[in-house]
Amino acid sequence: MHDDPVIRVVSKVLIPSIMLYALYVQFHGDYGPGGGFQAGVIFAVGFILNAIVFGVNRGRHVWPAKLNLQCIALGLLIYGGTGVASLFLDGNYLDYNVLSSDPVAGQHLGILLVELGVGLTVASVMVGLFFAFAMRAEHARLLTFDGEEASSEVTAKPRASRARKPASKGAKS
Amino acid sequence: MSEFIVNACLMGLLAFIGIMVIQQHRLFAVIILSGAYSLSAAAWFVIADAVDVAFTEAAVGAGVSTVLALATLSHVPREEKIRSVQPMALTISLGAGLLLLLAVLDMPHYGSDAAPVHNHVAPHYIEQSGSEIGVPNIVTSVLASYRGFDTLGETAVIFTAAIAVFLILTGWTRKKN
Repeated sequence: MHDDPVIRVVSKVLIPSIMLYALYVQFHGDYGPGGGFQAGVIFAVGFILNAIVFGVNRGRHVWPAKLNLQCIALGLLIYGGTGVASLFLDGNYLDYNVLSSDPVAGQHLGILLVELGVGLTVASVMVGLFFAFAMRAEHARLLTFDGEEASSEVTAKPRASRARKPASKGAKS
Repeated sequence: MSEFIVNACLMGLLAFIGIMVIQQHRLFAVIILSGAYSLSAAAWFVIADAVDVAFTEAAVGAGVSTVLALATLSHVPREEKIRSVQPMALTISLGAGLLLLLAVLDMPHYGSDAAPVHNHVAPHYIEQSGSEIGVPNIVTSVLASYRGFDTLGETAVIFTAAIAVFLILTGWTRKKN
């Protein structure tokens, strides 16, 4: 899939618009359908498309594994932290009314932060899951990433990655 | 009348894709068909006025799940093992399906205003969301504010599940010294 100029050019045009649309879904969730879950998934699709078209290793460099893991935790921390912040401001846990002087403005702020946390976690989980499967061929360095260039280019094509995997249980030899 | 025809067509399409999935033994075709199933289900959710659910179904069910399933396909055989029909399994499936159909008869009718779900907290959300939360989309105000604890739990579930999958697929590997 790397050498097809049509796919390369079309996906180069598509990826920025997919990500822009994800941001629209994220921040327009208060006014129309959408929110953190959907936006996170759409945002992740941009990275996955990039990895499918330009190779898994190049895709991994755009969003390194360590950053990916940190983002998964950070999203949940933002959500939980919003609740803790409202505790410190003399409210109940996740009571957004106290986040600002005006309760409605506080609700807006709280929903924005919470949706941001959900979006961050969902997007990085989806990207991480894709790479966990796609890079398994060369024992994916997901939890420890030392940043060095991988020697063999592993494509997202099932056939190629299956052939490179030394100990695949189910694959027919 | 036209709504009935559209509903019948979509339901027929869903049943048709379901039967195709059962008949198909090539896993690649099964994954693509389940993506098509999700997309048809999303179209049906739009008709049922559940745009947020439809959006999620289209993005997660038809989009990312298909891609993840295709990535999984690179580690498993391409063909499903063909086995003869097992009478015990068939009886259990048919029995469970019949019980579920019987349970549907006891459910309130679609759109009924006497349904318990519409008479508990939903009226409060619909009447007060505008002044209490001030967000035009009530679904968002319920999801992120009124039911914020549920969404926190969902996010924690996604977090935990992802960490478990990463551990199973890659394991804790130490950096070589």
